[in-house]
Amino acid sequence: MKWIPDLGINYVLRLDGLSLLFVLLITGIGTLVTLYSIFYLSKKKEQLHYFYAYLAIFMTAMLGLVLSDNMMVLYLFWEMTSISSFLLIGYWHKRERSRYGAKKALYITVFGGLMMLGGMAILSNLAGSFSIQTVIARAAAFSDSPYFILAMIFIMLGAFTKSAQFPFHIWLPDAMEAPTPISAYLHSATMVKAGLYLIARMTPVFAPTHQSWSVTIMIVGLVTLFWGAFNALKQVDLKAILAYSTISQLGLIMSLLGLGSNALREANGFYVAALAAALLHLFNHATFKGALFMVVGIIDHETGTRDIRRLGGLMNVMPLAATLAFVGTFAMAGIPPFNGFISKEMFLESFVHLSSIDAPTLSTLSYIFLFVAWIASVITFVYSMILFFRPFTGKQKPWLQPKRATHTPLGMAFSPLVLIVLVIVSGLFPNLFANRLITPAIHSVKTTLNPSYELHLALWHGFTPALWLTIAIIAVGTVLAVTYLKWKPAIQKRYRHTFAWNDVYNRGNYYFEKLSYRSMTTVMNGNLRFYLIILFMTFILMTLVGVLTTDSLDFSMIKLTKIDVLDVLIFIATAIVLLAIMLSKARLTSVILLGALGYLIAIMFMVARAPDIALTQLVVETISVILYLLAFRFLPQIGKDEEKITPFSWRLWISLGVGFVMFMVVFSSFNTTFFDSVLSPYFIENAYTLGGGKNVVNVTLVDFRGFDTFFESAVLTIAAICIYSLVRLRLNKGDKQHEE
Amino acid sequence: MELLMSLLIGLMFTAGVYLILSKNVLRIIIGTAIVSHGANLTLLTIGGIKRGNAPILLDGLTLFNDPIPQALILTAIVIGFAVTALFLVVAYRAYQENGTDMVNRTRGNDDDDD
Repeated sequence: MKWIPDLGINYVLRLDGLSLLFVLLITGIGTLVTLYSIFYLSKKKEQLHYFYAYLAIFMTAMLGLVLSDNMMVLYLFWEMTSISSFLLIGYWHKRERSRYGAKKALYITVFGGLMMLGGMAILSNLAGSFSIQTVIARAAAFSDSPYFILAMIFIMLGAFTKSAQFPFHIWLPDAMEAPTPISAYLHSATMVKAGLYLIARMTPVFAPTHQSWSVTIMIVGLVTLFWGAFNALKQVDLKAILAYSTISQLGLIMSLLGLGSNALREANGFYVAALAAALLHLFNHATFKGALFMVVGIIDHETGTRDIRRLGGLMNVMPLAATLAFVGTFAMAGIPPFNGFISKEMFLESFVHLSSIDAPTLSTLSYIFLFVAWIASVITFVYSMILFFRPFTGKQKPWLQPKRATHTPLGMAFSPLVLIVLVIVSGLFPNLFANRLITPAIHSVKTTLNPSYELHLALWHGFTPALWLTIAIIAVGTVLAVTYLKWKPAIQKRYRHTFAWNDVYNRGNYYFEKLSYRSMTTVMNGNLRFYLIILFMTFILMTLVGVLTTDSLDFSMIKLTKIDVLDVLIFIATAIVLLAIMLSKARLTSVILLGALGYLIAIMFMVARAPDIALTQLVVETISVILYLLAFRFLPQIGKDEEKITPFSWRLWISLGVGFVMFMVVFSSFNTTFFDSVLSPYFIENAYTLGGGKNVVNVTLVDFRGFDTFFESAVLTIAAICIYSLVRLRLNKGDKQHEE
Repeated sequence: MELLMSLLIGLMFTAGVYLILSKNVLRIIIGTAIVSHGANLTLLTIGGIKRGNAPILLDGLTLFNDPIPQALILTAIVIGFAVTALFLVVAYRAYQENGTDMVNRTRGNDDDDD
């Protein structure tokens, strides 16, 4: 559809395997979330029309994002998701935390969005088209360009901020202030995957020529994976655990995408397998994380708290919710027979393979990668177990639960139930989904893949190294989870006051505000003299720089006219008068000296053979002096509060500078005549014949250039009106009397 | 002559700026008046001085001074006068309202008085 065809920005939709996977996730989970929210939100207390409007905007934006082929349109939808997410996080806008979280999410994602816009602008400039497909097709031609790297960094920044990658993950835990359906939808299943989508979409552009693309994404993903998992251990709020686990899982997918993007450069089967693992886990994560959020919402809704220290023994009261949580957490931990197991196996396998082959640059790092991935998986297992066993088993704590009759409402349980069924079915029959959804998605990321390629997934695939790693994960994880209460306080205590990225954000905000306030109050300090000094300094510097760099000074004495004795006398007199004005302390002296200066200038005009201005100058100067004297009656003595004139103050230096610059400019400018005046001879020749007057100046004023004179009279009139109204109008007189 | 005039203009700007940078409103107004005198002289000087007769077409004269700068200066003098008059009245009114004629004491808000 045409939108701005002149700029090549059109609304182009393109549906391929990758888009289809996302579209199904967005619409499917969107429907379930909508259903869930009907039962979750109160019809009486909440302003539901806003909620569903924002949700619909978000869904539209998200669909537009994954479907559009035009980069500018993609960016448009990208920012639409940011904005609707901002609105949804701040849905309970009367809470301070909600507003904080919403603002934080907006700042970070919009920062990334703008970076991405920059990257896309570069790409479209290089490729000469806004179409992603065209960029992919032409990418190899301009991959040597230095801007290409820049575009790569920008696009990565966009994706990392949106997908809450390290260190931009800090907004996601604070976005948990949103209503739970929103957290389930936006912050686990869809919006945070927009960054993954972007990476997957842009992989054919960058990966074939630049290994740094793969390596950076892989490292960032692994760091996020570990950091998110580690932080999830410290949390006590169920939603916070889920938030950090989302960060961690997104990191996992990101690292797999990075590893898999090697497939576009090197023909090696296991890179493709890594891609498959990424896309499969993307799908799996959306299912079980959405379900888990909804279950937490049910617990919150029914007990009134999400704090794991206050919950316990819910298994007997909420058996359905417990079942759902069981499947969800075990899928997240990567335990058979649920779908998380398969993708986690593939994840481990990919990194085992990476360490076993001779990858040119990664050979030494790959063992570290594998180790980090394994540790993170252990931690994932631990917090998944905590997530299930803490609220659902143990002793019931009735005194802490406001509602006695806790049960699982069926309407709310329906949506997570559907998702959990998906988790089980896609775990038991992985090929059912894989070859319909995942394989086409792989094909659209790795465009050069053999069209007949098909995925073969199975729960059981023999004793591979990955299986042993999984067994080790379960073993170590179980030990850790059982002894959880013993070491958790230590961790919490040890790492509570250590460096946190939130501090960076908060302090950065604080210092930015402080800095801007400081600089504003320093520069705009309300002191007129300060502004004037800056103004004059700028004048001096700009003129000096301009004059000196362009070599336009001309001090030749050729054109000078001769100097009379009279001139010298006038000069000396004026100089004395000026000096006296500067030094005078009494106001009367100053004004009389100013009058003297005016008359001297009138004499100068006479000497310069300009009788009309001499006349005007005399008259105006007389009236001015009278005006000054009139004003004196109402003004206080001058110099009462005036600082002493110190001979070498900054004031003097600035004024000397201005004077010197003016001298320089004036003296060299009449020397540099670019062309002789055409107008003056014309005026002189035609003053009598055309204007009918012999005084050329007067003819110029009223005839040749009468408009100037007209508006000059207007200026006089306006000044007169202003003076009149200033003297007569006293609007705030009443207030003054009132104050007194 | 032009050298002399340029020096004079420089001197005038020095004095004018010096006065403008003072704290007293009246001195500032005097400073602006001096600067406007300086500007007028600048116009005259750049146009060229004493190169011919006054631009009045009398019989027998051929070489005239440039009439255009003179017309411009005439306009400038009148506008400068209007502005000076307005300034004075504003200063007078400001003194009436604020009770001071020191610019550093008249700020937007009364709190941050130094």
